[in-house]
Amino acid sequence: MRIFLIAFILLFSACQSETNKQIEVFSWWTSGSEAAALESVINAYQSRYPDVEVINASIAGGGGSAARPVLQTRLIGGNPPDTWQTHHGAELMGQYINPGFTSSLKDLYESEGWYDLFSPSLIDMISKDGHPHLVVLNLHRSNTLWFNKHVLSEHQISIGESLSIEELFQIAEQLENAEVTPMCMGDSGIWATGIMFENTLLGTIGADRYKGLWNGTTTFNDPDVMEAIRVYSQLLDYLNDDHAALSWDQGADKLVQGKCTFYSMGDWAYGEFIRDGFKENIDFGWVAHPGTDGIHLMVTDGFTLAHNAPHRQETMDMLQIMGEREVQEDFNLLKGSICARNDCDRSRFGPYLQWAIDQYEYGVSVPTVIHGSAAPADFQQALNDALTDFVVRRDKDVFAETLVREARASGFGP
Amino acid sequence: MIKQHWLVQHKGALILLPSLILTTIFIYGFIGSSFFFSLTNWRTLAIDLSLRDPLWQTYADMFTMPRFQADLRNTFVFTLLFIGLATGIGLGLAILLDRQISQKGWFRNTFLFPYALSFIVTGVVWRWIFNPETGINLFFNFLGINRALEAAGMDPLSPGWTTDPTIVFSVNQLLYHLWPDGRVLQIEWGIPVALIPIAIAATWQLSGFVMAMYLGGLGGISSQIRDAAQIDGAGEIRLYSSVIIPMLNPITISTIIILLHVSLKIFDLVFAMSGVGPGFATDVPAIFVFEMMFKAARYNLGSAASIVMLVASSVVIVPYLIHTFKTRES
Repeated sequence: MRIFLIAFILLFSACQSETNKQIEVFSWWTSGSEAAALESVINAYQSRYPDVEVINASIAGGGGSAARPVLQTRLIGGNPPDTWQTHHGAELMGQYINPGFTSSLKDLYESEGWYDLFSPSLIDMISKDGHPHLVVLNLHRSNTLWFNKHVLSEHQISIGESLSIEELFQIAEQLENAEVTPMCMGDSGIWATGIMFENTLLGTIGADRYKGLWNGTTTFNDPDVMEAIRVYSQLLDYLNDDHAALSWDQGADKLVQGKCTFYSMGDWAYGEFIRDGFKENIDFGWVAHPGTDGIHLMVTDGFTLAHNAPHRQETMDMLQIMGEREVQEDFNLLKGSICARNDCDRSRFGPYLQWAIDQYEYGVSVPTVIHGSAAPADFQQALNDALTDFVVRRDKDVFAETLVREARASGFGP
Repeated sequence: MIKQHWLVQHKGALILLPSLILTTIFIYGFIGSSFFFSLTNWRTLAIDLSLRDPLWQTYADMFTMPRFQADLRNTFVFTLLFIGLATGIGLGLAILLDRQISQKGWFRNTFLFPYALSFIVTGVVWRWIFNPETGINLFFNFLGINRALEAAGMDPLSPGWTTDPTIVFSVNQLLYHLWPDGRVLQIEWGIPVALIPIAIAATWQLSGFVMAMYLGGLGGISSQIRDAAQIDGAGEIRLYSSVIIPMLNPITISTIIILLHVSLKIFDLVFAMSGVGPGFATDVPAIFVFEMMFKAARYNLGSAASIVMLVASSVVIVPYLIHTFKTRES
């Protein structure tokens, strides 16, 4: 056995010794716009540090569904990448900061003056004991209701600045009678219907009580939450029939083709529309998901510094570049999201993104559970499983009770 | 007498030693550690090896989860469908090929070819075939079946295949009747329609393998036995049902054991074809283990489910192994 051990050590040290000027960036950005956005950051880094080799370790799969298992194994096995992508909030805190996989970035935030350039509430959500552990690159908005303007104008329907849930149901009924599918969905990955649930929940119970769900002051069997579940169930009745066979982006393609009308989805769909040659305010329009005007249901992407990062200095340089204004602007124009910094040049962004910036700057931000910011991973999975069951059986009581039980088991519910 | 060097004396043990050590660590050691994890409180990325109180609570939680109950149902139904179809079709193909048709070699290779593919490839292709919008359903329009149905005043035929959440032949009422406490069952016990396309895809892949097994068996049956049966006046059907197929029993048992372990452990085909399916209609224990371990970070629950999978496979494999050892010794 000793010979084996020595052989192993020699083998690994041989690998290590070759890796002097490198940095490994781990993410799940592989699709067209995502990969291009990441590439812009890497290019910015390499133009300044041309002698460092950047290893782009990306693993395909929406929301990191395939990447996180790999990352998890590497972290527990003691072989971390230098920096990796994660959402803010519970995912960052529970999966990476608390087990000690990341390092504090307080010095970087202080030397770069980022405490003034990122909003305090955002910094709060990425910090433990006053130490930030993440550089946030972008902010997505999860609670937007997109619609196909051509389909609506064919049926003489116009939509103003916002839409109430009653108005949405009225329009849906009118469209259904005209044999047009009112709601779009592509939930072969169950999280896509989870977005619609999360948005409906937020729109029905409001931002404060929604936040209360994650600290135990609101419960999942509260009468208002039950009402949200009822509204969500009613929305499910208006979906395209083949939703379970489609991925979320195929659901967006259906909206583009005019085969369905409304899509309650995060603004990663915006990138999809633009790529399909669909024009904002001409072909498609948007409002806040009913009841969520002025609330920004926030999905962020940021990068960490690994504890004992193999290439610490290179990683610090990379993170410093990720926080720069121009890098964030270039990145977000490609990604279809808004800057995490609050001093970006808004004139570079189109009408939708300017609207999203306003909603973020003048509204309140709340964390997403579907993308792991509001609650720990075990609850996130339990919610997905409960939704998988609910969309078929529609048993509101079982759904609510399951969530109450799982919130308690996960450690935040009463 | 020259005393042999101790290395030579213990040659057998020394040759065995490395593989013995590796098996102990990497198989039995890891089974043991999985079992231990299943009894702990470890349900975040931070390792927590304190024991749960009560000790078996993770197992109790798991068996009351609707999702895990659906997994057990799906494994059972899938196993029956898949093994029935694959052995039936495999045997049929073997008999056809055995009857000296022309181009025998070509057909044999054609039927065996799917076995060379990976389940992921099969899964992706069959997902496209069973896509309700763009797959096999287009044939119903193309061949005029739907026009004929509409002319007859019926709904056009457009099954949802893997997206259909329906459970047919539900036996819940019967179960409640037989077992008044049966309300702990939180799901419909029946045949999930969405599992049928998956069983078809798995059959497509493995019936060629079953055929090859049976062809080997058929080759071992001498023509004298066939001649003798025919002289005794057995017709073709009788020849197969009373003589040849019973003689193939050992092959059938080996084949079923091999297929059983494919179906108990199946992951990649289902994962590529439909994932967990609508309302867990196509979820299987291996996907449950994967998601609980690596998405939810519930290491105790994932370990518990993998231990249940191990026990289920052992129930099948261990009697078979004992049987084979006994027959070899005698």
